[in-house]
Amino acid sequence: MQARKNGKEKKKGGPEPSDEKSNSPFTLTKQKILKSRSTRFKLAMAPRIRSLRFDMYLLSRSITSIIGLALLSILIFIVAFPWIFAQPSFPDPYQMPFNLDYRLPQPPGTAGFILGSGTNGADYYYGLIWGARVSMEFAVEVVGISVLIGCVLGLISGFKGGVIDEIIMRVTDVFLSIPSLVLLMAIASTLGRDITSTKLALIMVWWSGYTRIIRGQVLSIRENTYIDAARAAGTSEKRIMFRHILPNSLAPVVVNATLDMGTVVLTLAGLSYLGLGARYGTTEWGSMIQEGQRYFVYGAWWMLIFPGIAIVGFVLAFNLIGDGLRDVLDPKMRR
Amino acid sequence: MTTYIIRRLILLIPVLIGVSLLAFFIMRSAGDPTFSYIQNPDKLTDIQYNLIREKYHLNEPTYIQYFYWLDAVLHGDLGYTSADQHKLVTQTLAERFPATFELALLATFFSVIIGIAIGTASAVRANSAFDQASRVISLIAVSIPVFWLGIMLQILFYSYLGWLPISGRYELVIHDPTTLSVHTNFLLIDTALSGDFSFFIDALKHILLPAITLAFVSTALILRMMRASMLEVLGAEYVQTARSKGLSEKVVIKKHARRNALIPTTTVIGLSFGALLGGAVLTESVFDWQGLGQWSADAALRLDSGGVMGFTLLTAMIYVLANLIVDLTYAYLDPRVRLG
Repeated sequence: MQARKNGKEKKKGGPEPSDEKSNSPFTLTKQKILKSRSTRFKLAMAPRIRSLRFDMYLLSRSITSIIGLALLSILIFIVAFPWIFAQPSFPDPYQMPFNLDYRLPQPPGTAGFILGSGTNGADYYYGLIWGARVSMEFAVEVVGISVLIGCVLGLISGFKGGVIDEIIMRVTDVFLSIPSLVLLMAIASTLGRDITSTKLALIMVWWSGYTRIIRGQVLSIRENTYIDAARAAGTSEKRIMFRHILPNSLAPVVVNATLDMGTVVLTLAGLSYLGLGARYGTTEWGSMIQEGQRYFVYGAWWMLIFPGIAIVGFVLAFNLIGDGLRDVLDPKMRR
Repeated sequence: MTTYIIRRLILLIPVLIGVSLLAFFIMRSAGDPTFSYIQNPDKLTDIQYNLIREKYHLNEPTYIQYFYWLDAVLHGDLGYTSADQHKLVTQTLAERFPATFELALLATFFSVIIGIAIGTASAVRANSAFDQASRVISLIAVSIPVFWLGIMLQILFYSYLGWLPISGRYELVIHDPTTLSVHTNFLLIDTALSGDFSFFIDALKHILLPAITLAFVSTALILRMMRASMLEVLGAEYVQTARSKGLSEKVVIKKHARRNALIPTTTVIGLSFGALLGGAVLTESVFDWQGLGQWSADAALRLDSGGVMGFTLLTAMIYVLANLIVDLTYAYLDPRVRLG
C-alpha cells in the first residue's frame, strides 16, 4: 500500500495539471494540489531553511564565533590551496623537503628558510602549510567515520531496543571506560607507527562517544507524537529512523563533532610527539615539536614556537565555533 | 540508595569482562608473547623456546589462553615487562603508581581550587570584563596541546627565569630517597615525615611545573562547568527567597548557591581525576617524571606486550572506579538520580 503524505499524490515526473482537462469540481481540486516534485521539495524544506537561517543569525551574534569562523576560513583556504603558499615536494608532498646542505637547524631568515629549518634542512614554513593539510584531513576522516558509525549504531540501538541495545551499550561502555590515550597507545603500538594506523586507532576510540550521544537523542525523540503518527500512517521502520528521528537528533552531534575536530588534532600531535603517530620527516606539527624540543638547547626556538602556535590556532578555531554552536543549539537560549 | 549501588555494581561486571577481553586481545596482537618470558633472546635455543611455550600454555587455542591469563590476573600475576631487567609488571606498576598519583592529586587540587573560585566569580559577575576575560582564557587553555604547554613552561621557568628545575622528581646528585625513613614512594609525604626539609623543598619544586601543566586543561573544564551550573542556580527560586530574606550576597552565594552548583561540578572533577591518571602520559614524558605515564609511553614504543596490557588494565580499572565513585557521589548528593 502506498503511503500518502500530506494528502498529496505521489507522481513521478514534471508538471501534469495540463493533462486533466475535465471541469468537474473534483478534478479542479486535484489540479490545485498536484505539484511537481521540485516544488514539493522546496515547500517541505522551507521551515528547515528558515530555522537554519535563524541559527546563522544567532551564531552571528557572538563575536567569538565570528572570530572562529574567520580563523576557520583562513585555515580552509590554506588547506585547499597549499601550493599557493609552498611548492609541494616530490614525490610525496607530505614529506619535508630535505636539503642536506644544511644539516643543523637554521634560524628564520637564513638561506631562504622563511620560518627556519629543522634537521637536514627541513623547511618549517613548508611543514606548517602542508601540516595544516595533514591535520585537517586526519581530523575530517576520523570525526566523519566515527560519526557515521555512531549514527548507525546509535540509531539501531536506540530504536530497536531490547537485546541489541544492551549488547551495543555494553560494548560502548567497554570502549568508553578506557582513557582514550591509553587505548590509543595500545592500539597504535600493535598496528604500526604511521598515520593510517593512528587514524584507525582513533576511530576505534571515538565511535563509542557518538553512539552514546545519538542513542540518548533517539530515546527521547522516540516518545514524540509525530513518530506515532508516522507509524500509524504505515511508514517503514527504516524510513522513520532516517527521515524523522535522525535529522532531529543531530544537534548535539554537530556540536560535539566540531569540538572533536580540535581534540583529534591535539591527540594526533600528542601521539606524534611520543613517536607513535607520524614518522620522522612527515609534515606533522607534533613531530616537528618533538624535534624542536631536542634542539632547543642549541637555541632553535623557531622549531618549537611556530608549530605550537599553528596547533593552537587550528584547535581554537574549532573550539570557538563549537562553543558558539553549542549556545545556538541549546534550547534554553533560543529566545 | 543500596539498590542503586547494587544495580551499578552488577552493570559493572560485563564492562570489566569486556575490558579484560580487550586488554588480552591487544596484548596478543602486540607480538609473540613468548618473548616476554625470555631474558636473553640471543642465547635462546629451539628446545628452550618450545619448553617455555609448553609451560605458559602458549600452544593452546586462544580462548583457552584467555582463561589461563584471566586466572593469572585474578591471582595478581600480570606477566613480565621487557624493560627494567624483566621485572614483574605488577612490581613496576606498584613502584611507579605513587609518582603518578601524587602528580594527579596535586593537579586536581590546583584545578579544583582555581576552577571553582574563578567559576563562581565569573558567574556572579556575568558578562562583565572579568567574565569575558576568564571565558576567553579558558577557551584558549583548552586549545593548547599539553606537551607544548609543558615545554613552554620549562623554557619560561627554567631557561629564562631559573626558578624551577627542568625535569625529574628530585635532584639525583644531591638527594637519595633510600636515606628516608618512610618509603611510600610519595615523595612529598616521605620527605615531610622523615624530616628532611631540604629534600622536601626540592621535591616540591620539581612537582610544581608538571602539576601546573597537568592542571591547565582540567581547570578550564571545571571553570566552565562551575560557571554554567552557577548561572543556572542563581536564577532559581530558592536563591530569590534567600535574598528576600535579607541575607547578604556573600552568604547567598556561599551557602546557598554554590553548594547546589557544585553537584554537576563534582562529576567533572571526578572524571577529570580519572582522565588525569591516564592522560598524564604526555606531561610525564615532557618532564621525565618516573611515573606510570612515562612507562606506558615507553612500553607502547617498545612493543612491550606485558607492559601495554598492564597499563591498559590498570588505567581502565581506575577509570571505572572513578566513574563509579562519581556516580555514587552524585546519587548521594542529588536524590532524584536514585530513582532514574
